[in-house]
Amino acid sequence: MKICVLIKQVASEDSPLKIKDNQRTIDKTSLNLVTNEPDTYALEEALLIKEKTEGEVVICTLGPESSQQVIKDGLAKGADKAIHIVCDNTDTMSPLDLAKLITKKIENENFDLVLSGLQSNDYGFAQLGIIISELLNHSHASLVMGTEINNNILKVKKELENGWFQWAELNLPATLSIQSGINQPRYATLKGIMSVKNKPVDKVDYTDLGVSQNPGYEINSISVPVKSKETQMIEGSVDDIVGELTDILKNKIKIN
Amino acid sequence: MKILVYIESANNKIHPVSMESLVAAQQIKKTNNAEIYGVIFDKNQSNSLAEYALDGIITPDNDMLSNYNPLSYLEAFNQINNKYNPNLIIFGHTYETRDWVPRLSAKLDIPFISDCISIDVGSDMTICRPIYQAKLVQKLTLTSEKSILSFQAGSFNVENLENGSCDTVVESFDLSSVQDTIKMGEKFQESAGGVDLTTADYIISIGRGIGKEENIPLANELANKINAQIGASRPVVDAGWLDHSIQIGSSGQTVSPKLYFALGISGAIQHLVGMKGSKQIIAINKDKNAPIFEIADYAVVGDLLEIIPKLTENL
Repeated sequence: MKICVLIKQVASEDSPLKIKDNQRTIDKTSLNLVTNEPDTYALEEALLIKEKTEGEVVICTLGPESSQQVIKDGLAKGADKAIHIVCDNTDTMSPLDLAKLITKKIENENFDLVLSGLQSNDYGFAQLGIIISELLNHSHASLVMGTEINNNILKVKKELENGWFQWAELNLPATLSIQSGINQPRYATLKGIMSVKNKPVDKVDYTDLGVSQNPGYEINSISVPVKSKETQMIEGSVDDIVGELTDILKNKIKIN
Repeated sequence: MKILVYIESANNKIHPVSMESLVAAQQIKKTNNAEIYGVIFDKNQSNSLAEYALDGIITPDNDMLSNYNPLSYLEAFNQINNKYNPNLIIFGHTYETRDWVPRLSAKLDIPFISDCISIDVGSDMTICRPIYQAKLVQKLTLTSEKSILSFQAGSFNVENLENGSCDTVVESFDLSSVQDTIKMGEKFQESAGGVDLTTADYIISIGRGIGKEENIPLANELANKINAQIGASRPVVDAGWLDHSIQIGSSGQTVSPKLYFALGISGAIQHLVGMKGSKQIIAINKDKNAPIFEIADYAVVGDLLEIIPKLTENL
């Protein structure tokens, strides 16, 4: 089984988000960059499938030079090799354009499976893997909460809304977007970390892939959301806060 | 301008988010001379749209599309697109939309801007969508002649739907080319015996900010004191600290209690859609920029591990 895992480097949840003076982009210098959390579940699922079926796991990322770190982390956890499409301006690119770039790079690799996290924690379009399934003519499933592979048939448990699930059977090759919580992502071992330097990284600049960009939109602005209601801020010492909360619960919300 | 609005249905019920996206289309029509067509794949449900101000309802002549399959939906919509040539295709941002519409975007080579929360139609058409886990909002100007949009639940109020009348246009689809590579199975629920939080008056909801599993009893004690039910955000149930059945958010329960008391919940959009209808919201978080504070009535910036035990004692 040859598996590709799409991984993105994003700002960590606690990163301070500063909007640049152009009001259109984020100041990247202040960000703490990490592997997109949903993608860590996709990588773990790929590694688990590899352990059962043999084969190889290739991680693929599209992003700036700093993305080398997510590649190193992925290889240390057990991926066999990596593809890095170097690109500094993914922030202004549409999911369709990003998917075309990745497809161009991986279309001749004949992957049996392409896995991605369900969405990125930055722009959150939640589309990339599924677009790629169409471009590669793969079967697909999204929000996958379980996988079983038998004789080239892939059985997946899909999450639906409001606590419902559904099984689906997919012919290979297939592309899956993996729901967070499907597994417990492993930590890298020391041996894994040592092995990184011997694993191949195929690096290509996105402009060399010859894919034209046509996002279909322009970024007008980025802003802090406008509040929809009055919020009373409660700050101070623990005792002050407890006093105020007690008053609110008893006298305003009138808990029984 | 021509707008197609896809109306999702399952188990003989129309998805409420689809009706909200009809409101979006009607709003565009007010400033643009637009024709609006509803597209509904379950022909038995098409009558339920007849009372709204639309230019037509497109529905299939047989039951082949009554049950969801991404590849047959894709091909049917491809044929509708070829025939009607719409400028805008609008969806509610449901799980089903997330499953097949990116594929439609690739097949039609039309950009899909997902998870929008508002649209503004002037000389240009602009939409807003949350980014960075709803901590920021980006405003995009559409530059393509054709776009696909999906709107998040709660973006439009169905009470603003304009009534009228419209005709049903029955279409036949040739689905013989659809590959048989995705077979959908039965739907099922895992923890049917789970707690129903939708009827709870008070909910104390636990997020990752509680720190570790061992701290959960602090929340339980407060819940006992005020007769509240315990709920949780996704990261907490994913970590195995609490059962999946009490998760609140787009993949869990949607609640609207009298009091929603959020402990250490940052407020990712997937969580907010499940609780933003709560009457009163108190949120405690260390991060004063946590998105949960945007919708909270009372925002407490502080350490819940210090505050909660004292509050429980004080009540």
